[in-house]
Amino acid sequence: MTTAAVTAWEAGLVSCPYCGLVCPCLDAVAPPRCPRCGGRLLRRKAESLSRSCAFLVAAAILYIPANLLPVMNSASMFGAEKDTILSGIVYFWTSGSQGLAALIFFVSILVPMLKMAALGSLVWSVHRRSPRHQHQRAFLFRIVEFVGRWSMLDVFVVALMVGLVRFRGLAEIEAGPGAAAFGAVVVLTMLASRSFDPRLIWDRAEDDHD
Amino acid sequence: MKQIIGNLVACPECDALHRRRPLARGDKARCVRCGAVLYRNPRLRPDQMLPLVVGALVTFGIANFFPIVDLHVQGLHSSSTLFGSIRGLWGEERQMVAALVFATTLLFPLVDLSAMLALLLLSRFGRPAPLWRFVQALRPWGMIEVFMLGILVAVVKLSHLAHVLPGVALWAFAALTVLLAIILSFDPRSLWDHPSGGVS
Repeated sequence: MTTAAVTAWEAGLVSCPYCGLVCPCLDAVAPPRCPRCGGRLLRRKAESLSRSCAFLVAAAILYIPANLLPVMNSASMFGAEKDTILSGIVYFWTSGSQGLAALIFFVSILVPMLKMAALGSLVWSVHRRSPRHQHQRAFLFRIVEFVGRWSMLDVFVVALMVGLVRFRGLAEIEAGPGAAAFGAVVVLTMLASRSFDPRLIWDRAEDDHD
Repeated sequence: MKQIIGNLVACPECDALHRRRPLARGDKARCVRCGAVLYRNPRLRPDQMLPLVVGALVTFGIANFFPIVDLHVQGLHSSSTLFGSIRGLWGEERQMVAALVFATTLLFPLVDLSAMLALLLLSRFGRPAPLWRFVQALRPWGMIEVFMLGILVAVVKLSHLAHVLPGVALWAFAALTVLLAIILSFDPRSLWDHPSGGVS
């Protein structure tokens, strides 16, 4: 499809992740530092696959309590209520805000799930050194990086509700344990995508790394 | 040899090597293989960025010292700032959530903006590299724009329950979202490539 590009790795060069300077790879000097900005130079992110895999497994485990436990406990004169993420979405849907319900469903249910699946498949394909669909996989990684932070939405909504709704005796809202689990899922998936090195997608099968 | 290497740039996403070419202001160079952005020549010069960063810091102050929304229910009144919400979470044994919200909406954006201010002020005299690296590591964890959307969702949710009056901080957060979008599009790397802010 494209001409065979020469990579910095193949040319014996390494580019600084902080200032972008390309410099020769001197393995003798350990640990190598960028001569311009002093940043640590690594040809590929350290232990990329094992780190992102570990973060992914942790996120997948916490994803279960994040969805089953209540994120918000509200108490009012009409009784107490426990809301999970899903029941919050149903509430928006039935109370006439279908657009918002769809938005929250997208960022808090679909995105974390698809993100974990996408990163998992990226890690797996790099592990198998698959040379196929490199463009699509690079695009997939870019989407994952861009969209991941928006899952924090629900955590922020809970935080605001807790701060705002404090009418003593009339109505009070507390954050439930699900909020902590959900926040942890978002942070862990972000860490997983940050430890994944997209350059591994393009590395030729014969290169040995990691 | 040094001259040649200094003129090279490697794609951050696929490692393909490219020769660096001068860009017009506001343009960006993309990788021929994977399409990732290689480098850009920012639309605004560092001295034009400076007032934006100062403005963002002032807006940040307003956003945090004034209530986000006022609620009225049957004669009762409630309002809260961002920090008040975080204290509420902390007080009811949700320290982890409180710390997460504090870091992503208050601490990291504030540190990022202050560091940007320091770097832009100092860019005439030199480049304190450790500070730059710190800012770059911190940047993905500031989430003001997500928080802004969270405010809107919370307002809609509360409007079923009470009479909601938008507070000063709501508008400040909206302005801050726009300012930060401009400020964060300024790639710190360009200061290394064009130290004076001029076109190479």
